[in-house]
Amino acid sequence: MGHLRGKLLPPALAIVFSMLLCGVALVISGANPFSAFAAMVTHVGKGSTFVDIINSTGIYYIAALAVAIGFQMNLFNIGVEGQYRVAAVIAAVVGGSIALPTGIHTLVIIIVAALAGAAWAAIPAILKVTRGVNEVISTIMMNGLAIGLSAYLIRRDVFGELRGNNIRTPEIPESGWMPGISFGGGGTMFGFIFVAVALGVGYWVMMNRTRFGFELRASGESSTAASAGGVNAKKMVLFSMLISGAIAGLISLPELLGRDHTFSLNFTAGIGFSGIAIALLGRNHPGGIAFGALLWAFLDKSGLALDNVGVPREIVTIMQGSIVLSVVVAYEVVRRFELAAEQRRVGRELGTVGGAA
Amino acid sequence: MISTLEEKPHVPAAPRKRRVPGWAVGMISVAGAVLLLSTTSYLTGFPQMTSSGTTQTAVRLALPILLAGLGGLWAERAGVVNIGLEGMMIMGTWGAAWAGYQWGPWAALVAAVVFGSLGGLLHAIATVTFGVNHIVSGVAINLLGAGLTKYLSTLLFQPLSNNPRQSPPVQPFDTFSAAGLSDWLRELENEQRVIISDVAGILGGLVTGVSPLTMIAILLLPLSYFLLWRTRFGLRLRSVGENPHAADSLGVKVYLHKYVAVIVSGGLAGLGGAALVLNPGQLSYLEGQTGGRGYIGLAAMIFGNWRPGGLLGGAALFGYADGLQLRSGGEVVLGLVYGVVILLGVIVVWQLYRRKWFSAAAAIVVAVLMYLLYITLDEIPGEFVSYAPHMVTLAVLAVASQRLRMPAADGVVYRRG
Amino acid sequence: MSSSTSVGTDEHPAVVLTGITKRFPGVVANSDVHLTVRRGEVHALCGENGAGKSTLMKILYGMQPPDEGTIEVDGEQVRFRTPSDAIKAGIGMVHQHFMLADNLTVQENVVLGAEALHGIGKKARARIIELSGRTGLNVDPGVLVEQLGVADRQRVEILKVLYRGAKVIILDEPTAVLVPQEVDELFETVRGMQAQGYTFLFISHKLDEVRAIADSVTVIRRGTTVGSADPKTVSSRQLAEMMVGSELPSPETRESTVTDKVVLDVKGLRLLAPDGTRPILDDIDLVVRSGEVVGIAGVEGNGQTELVEAVMGMRKAGGGTITLLDKDLSKLGTLARREAGIGYVPEDRHRHGLLLTQPLWYNRILGYQTRKPTSKGVWLDIDGAKKDTERIVADFDVRTPGIDVPAAALSGGNQQKLVVGRELSGDPVLLIASHPTRGVDVGAQALIWDEIKRARAAGLAVLLISADLDELIGLSDTIKVMLRGRLVADADPSTVTPEDLGSAMTGAGSTSAAVHETATVEEGEN
Repeated sequence: MGHLRGKLLPPALAIVFSMLLCGVALVISGANPFSAFAAMVTHVGKGSTFVDIINSTGIYYIAALAVAIGFQMNLFNIGVEGQYRVAAVIAAVVGGSIALPTGIHTLVIIIVAALAGAAWAAIPAILKVTRGVNEVISTIMMNGLAIGLSAYLIRRDVFGELRGNNIRTPEIPESGWMPGISFGGGGTMFGFIFVAVALGVGYWVMMNRTRFGFELRASGESSTAASAGGVNAKKMVLFSMLISGAIAGLISLPELLGRDHTFSLNFTAGIGFSGIAIALLGRNHPGGIAFGALLWAFLDKSGLALDNVGVPREIVTIMQGSIVLSVVVAYEVVRRFELAAEQRRVGRELGTVGGAA
Repeated sequence: MISTLEEKPHVPAAPRKRRVPGWAVGMISVAGAVLLLSTTSYLTGFPQMTSSGTTQTAVRLALPILLAGLGGLWAERAGVVNIGLEGMMIMGTWGAAWAGYQWGPWAALVAAVVFGSLGGLLHAIATVTFGVNHIVSGVAINLLGAGLTKYLSTLLFQPLSNNPRQSPPVQPFDTFSAAGLSDWLRELENEQRVIISDVAGILGGLVTGVSPLTMIAILLLPLSYFLLWRTRFGLRLRSVGENPHAADSLGVKVYLHKYVAVIVSGGLAGLGGAALVLNPGQLSYLEGQTGGRGYIGLAAMIFGNWRPGGLLGGAALFGYADGLQLRSGGEVVLGLVYGVVILLGVIVVWQLYRRKWFSAAAAIVVAVLMYLLYITLDEIPGEFVSYAPHMVTLAVLAVASQRLRMPAADGVVYRRG
Repeated sequence: MSSSTSVGTDEHPAVVLTGITKRFPGVVANSDVHLTVRRGEVHALCGENGAGKSTLMKILYGMQPPDEGTIEVDGEQVRFRTPSDAIKAGIGMVHQHFMLADNLTVQENVVLGAEALHGIGKKARARIIELSGRTGLNVDPGVLVEQLGVADRQRVEILKVLYRGAKVIILDEPTAVLVPQEVDELFETVRGMQAQGYTFLFISHKLDEVRAIADSVTVIRRGTTVGSADPKTVSSRQLAEMMVGSELPSPETRESTVTDKVVLDVKGLRLLAPDGTRPILDDIDLVVRSGEVVGIAGVEGNGQTELVEAVMGMRKAGGGTITLLDKDLSKLGTLARREAGIGYVPEDRHRHGLLLTQPLWYNRILGYQTRKPTSKGVWLDIDGAKKDTERIVADFDVRTPGIDVPAAALSGGNQQKLVVGRELSGDPVLLIASHPTRGVDVGAQALIWDEIKRARAAGLAVLLISADLDELIGLSDTIKVMLRGRLVADADPSTVTPEDLGSAMTGAGSTSAAVHETATVEEGEN
């Protein structure tokens, strides 16, 4: 019971706090927070908003999973942002320049994307394992380089082509697409959503039921105890970083395979950072992450309705920012409180006084 | 930062190394860099490398990096990792634009500092009071800073500029040049004499078109050094970053010093944001204007081994690479690769002299690769030049991470008792 | 407050603690502690690890407020809210784990927090050089602390205290990190300063040292003071019994279960310090047979920790071979060594033995993630792990409300029983036990000893490292003495006394027939 409370209370507090904060901000700027909120909720039922939210949830979900794998062992893969960008452009280039039967073509693109993401993540991983370079700084630097690399690769004298006033990679032929589920006027749900769900299940199984997951979590909890327990720290850093990168490589695929079929200047950036926030909100738990991704997607897509009631829709980005900051504070406070409570409880149940601390 | 805790060996008192004073190292480095640049510029035939125009642009581009790096220095010396610099810088840009278009450039500076400090305060509350992981809090502040400014610009700037992503134009500072000196240096530069013209070009760039903000930024560097290394307050602040438990046991107010450091850090990052807004080529707030310069500031600080002098070197290098690209294009930047080859050559000789065969061999390999790069390419694609700081930082970390010395308790959450 | 009362107060003791009680959630660390320290004496506070010495000193130094009780300094009642209050009252503390910033200079470390006295510049430097002589510190104040050796760091700590004008100096386990020669030098310094009027409160659980330096002794046990003694007349054994609170389990004569079967065979094991300057392990040869307990005696910091970690594969040895039942382990990782049949009770259970926030059953898997009953191939067997944890909880008397509570919620003794139970569960052929009963209550201690004896009788080979000489003598079939990274002497536990062993550990040599030196130690290596 107490366990569940400890898990659910912090995000609930954070969301309420952030809503209050944004409500106050709206009142100050002369808007009515209730009508704004009502506009957002009713917007869900309009047009393709609902399907858009689901699609966006899937994308965020993959991103947060990629981040969470690193977080599980206190490895801060800030580089998901760069990994998925590089993976997207390489997958688009490869996908657009090969011809394969339907299905196999798609599969090849998926594998290429995962490999490209893993390869981009391998650089900081190898630097950390061999040279002791802190992954936070190196992945941030890799993010910058990823922007440079993707911009270079879509130059017209490299792989890009000009279409309208947009530069993009050659379009992936239809054999490489992944069909979605069409709801007519309600939009089309990406087929890749199912892959995202499968990834979530696989993530849960890996973390809770496999030796690898155990070693990952043990390393995150206490690197010294893990090493005394026979966990090879360097191997874990390398593997978790590579898996994280590979999953990051898949982030852009729902859009690439299901809608855009090309990498262009309109590329959706910033999902890697949202993934960090969502992983924090969901405490690296696959269910929690799903909730966080849904919340993020809802705020993103329903926020569009705010313009109709005269509220700048950017208020939702404040809300997202304040949710993530207040949730980490809330988790920290609750964690400390619960540990002390647990120690008291055990002391009480045993009715004894333990040895001095 | 996060690092595996290794048992510290008990090192016997090592014989003291002969220490060269910091200012001498600085002078030698500057002289070496100028010599290297003028040699490269002479050998590759690109006088732009040392022209006053390039230097001027480089200074302009280096300012935000320098200020963000200084912000990083303050926070990390007190043991708080601040990757929220980017967010604080963004808040600074917005604040500068908001105050700047209404009340002029001085108000812009003040507002930028205040907005940046607010970001710093938030980071301090999360990391110091609540013990949240520093990286996590930093990422959150970056998201929040971006979100807040987007909202506020839509709310306040759009009605005036008809663009939710841009502010109305900001009034710039008056710039001034060292009268006489500036012209004399320009003449010297135009004479195209080896070394002398190069030095004149670089100096000319430094004394021409200087704004008060440039002066402030340049002065903040020695001021930070003085405060952090030569005063009681600075000693306490640094002790908090090295060993907070020891500091606490001696009556140093750990939380207070961390708070001050992080708030100052935010203020400096905010000022860095103002340097972007008040840039003569820009003169307004633009969404995405910081372009990761907060991170680059952090990188410059790491490049400088958490020291003000090194940080200046890092900011100058990154600003210079950017400035050269902007003024002269990728062809000239490729010339810099040639300069790197020369530098590596010097390193090889030095390592051979010290009988470090492995390092010398590694340097030779890199030099050969660089040289091949130089002769095969026509230019460095502009897409990559902007990311030269990133590559340099990765290279420095890969080669020298064992020799970099960050504050011992950097990134460690401190709980009392 | 101290300066005004320092004249004409000779009749007042330097420090009096009365009825000090301190509670932590679920634990009483100190209860009704009484302590009187006379001016100008060296007063020893003795007690086992976890007896509450450190908490008491933190209270006296203002780092934690007492829940009850009073502190008097020079006859005046005081109330310390922070260490600065204690410093103002003339009390200084030299912490066991040095409170130094490595990357700052000696001068910066000393003046930190006391800048008001002489600034941070030349005047401070002059004062430091002046005081350095008293502590025997002979380095330039501008040197970075990271360049100093352990003994010099300790002197910097003492210097810090002097610089602030302390008259009463708390030394918390000061000898734990020193080699014997350095201990002697420290004691000389202490005596010299005592002659100048300084008062020392010397915290230790090393009884021979206490008897060597102290003028009076107070013993603390399970959080409360149980009595005082005169070190000139009391024996180490009597002191030890006061500390433990009962007759020590005497080294009973028992049947030897030692067989001829060699289980662990270490040959020529070497390890260099990370900076490559000196050996931490120097040509170690060691054999442990089935049914045999080999005890390693030594002052902490002489390479025991490194020996264990090298055998476990947690540190990469610089040379030599490690063989377990004819299988060469030298190139294998920690997990493979564990799988080969090594159980490991680490000296620091919090850092190396447990995942503190995880439930007990999750901790059962640690180190056994590849073996039954906790795993099947790449999959974990959670039911198996839970069932086996229940068994350990029952068999090893782990006092816990259930196996789903986090390990951190258990007391030290119960945590240790869990670790020992786990490490004896994997059918090990060799158990490496580092300080297996450190910081645990007497009941847990007896149980752990019994379990080790039982496993030994069943043919287990045990490598035992302990600072508790009675434990070593009571459990071991063979004792080896470790000094400066080498095994320098063998002792026969059936005849050796703690005193003999103690002098062998300090390299002073032994006249006892029970100790045979196996190697000569060159003096003045450092």
